[in-house]
Amino acid sequence: MANFLSLSAAIEDNVRDGDSVALEGFTHLIPFAAGHELIRQRRRDLHLIRMTPDLIYDQMIGMGLAARMTFSWGGNPGVGSLHRFRDAVENDWPGPLALTEHSHSAMAHAYDAGAANIPFAVFRGYRGVDLDKHNGAVKTIRCPFTGEELAAVPALRPDVAIIHALRADRQGNVLIEGIVGVQKQAVLAAKRSIVTVEEIVEELNPPSPNSVVLPSWTVGAIAHVPGGAYPSYAHGYYPRDNGAYKAWDAIARDRDSFLAWMKDHVLAKSPEDFARHQRKAA
Amino acid sequence: MSDQPNDLPYTPTEMMTVTASRALTDADICFVGIGAPSAACNLARYTHAPKITLIYESGTIDTKPEVLPLSIGDGELCDTALTTVSVPEMFRYWLQGERISVGFLGGAQIDRFANLNTTVIGDYGKPSVRLPGAGGAPEIATASGQIFIIMALGKRSFVEKLEFVTTLGHGSGGTSRRDFGVTSKGPTKIFTDLCLMEPDPETKELTVTSLYPGATRETIQAKCGWPLKFAALLREELPPSAAELAALREMHARTARAHGDAA
Repeated sequence: MANFLSLSAAIEDNVRDGDSVALEGFTHLIPFAAGHELIRQRRRDLHLIRMTPDLIYDQMIGMGLAARMTFSWGGNPGVGSLHRFRDAVENDWPGPLALTEHSHSAMAHAYDAGAANIPFAVFRGYRGVDLDKHNGAVKTIRCPFTGEELAAVPALRPDVAIIHALRADRQGNVLIEGIVGVQKQAVLAAKRSIVTVEEIVEELNPPSPNSVVLPSWTVGAIAHVPGGAYPSYAHGYYPRDNGAYKAWDAIARDRDSFLAWMKDHVLAKSPEDFARHQRKAA
Repeated sequence: MSDQPNDLPYTPTEMMTVTASRALTDADICFVGIGAPSAACNLARYTHAPKITLIYESGTIDTKPEVLPLSIGDGELCDTALTTVSVPEMFRYWLQGERISVGFLGGAQIDRFANLNTTVIGDYGKPSVRLPGAGGAPEIATASGQIFIIMALGKRSFVEKLEFVTTLGHGSGGTSRRDFGVTSKGPTKIFTDLCLMEPDPETKELTVTSLYPGATRETIQAKCGWPLKFAALLREELPPSAAELAALREMHARTARAHGDAA
């Protein structure tokens, strides 16, 4: 059954130096508050996994948490580069960052295989491209029925999955709606999981019998962190702050301005500071 | 508003977007890349193709955004979609399931066979510029019925040789694409800011087939990193109509307001 904890206790109990950690959320519901808590607790040598590293991994990479990253698209959506990610790859600052690089299709299939408890994913992909030459984990496999050559990648089985969800009820059942991404797959694929939520309610009352619900017994820790996905967004609570994504470009371009921003906006803050972003509740 | 050509001033980027939008139809099921592809697809929806089905890789199917999304997963895309599916379902059932008629991509670099690089400039292990990477493009490019590409010309983007093939176009030309086991058409139209390019039916080398008003062979060649082939019979695109320009500018103005940009 899910444990209700403070975010700092949930991170303290579940994430160790050297762990593989997947903070998922495809543009929507990105667990920023949890990422900031990892930065404050100074975790090291993490293997970060995420389809779209986004600003949160740019911040974690720049603060020296990551030894390796598994990903499929590392940009600031609609804006440009992730400058801290680039500085790590191009100049080893603040340290070298090893890459395991995929396409979106490969990562989506690999999470799905992890959730399904099979060792690898098979799909029609990576044809005529160079990426598989630089990722030793991409193999081809022959269909035993038709003979077709298909791509195979190992299942993703993170030590810890961390997601942000809309609501949990008192029993610890979790609701996700809107762009649901790969969060359900990531939690089911992981050994441990942490879910931050906008709200804790008496009854979950899923809006549809087909709503995406993670039952309490599939979830490790739950922390109530309203606004915890800001500057990404929470469907029905607050919109994406596109201005903040644009502003990040100038902040992250320079090492000193990045470090100053992190000191003021992350190191000197706490999870409660995210609550002010929930102001636009529907 | 009239749909007739007009003498209004317009920019090369507007002409590129308008020309790209004209290639889309109501019957298309279009997998939309963010940025310039998204502008062209939504302009088509606001002008001559109101029934086009737009799909974004965040899982939003048949979405009708009022403003252009900044990211591939803005709330606007989900709020206006017929349905929203998980990302694994999007890539498995909808893309790999070959339910997409047109994949619409941009890119950082392109070569004469319309292969794309969005991964690195320089050596992969120690790049001089680390680009964002593949995203959905490698499988969009092989699973969609055909591919449209939209990219402004420039010697650093239209290059003689790619340092990294992120996304397959026509490989090394000829039957190369089929030799990789790919049966879809691949890139059929490349919309630049001065002209339209299409692959030669046999060699698959990109060939300029249509000029935008005012563009010449010389101005186009000056912005391309390989010696370009031109079709024997060059067409000329019509300039944007008043209706097209108005729809495009209104869409960008709504978007700027929604994203909190200065007007």
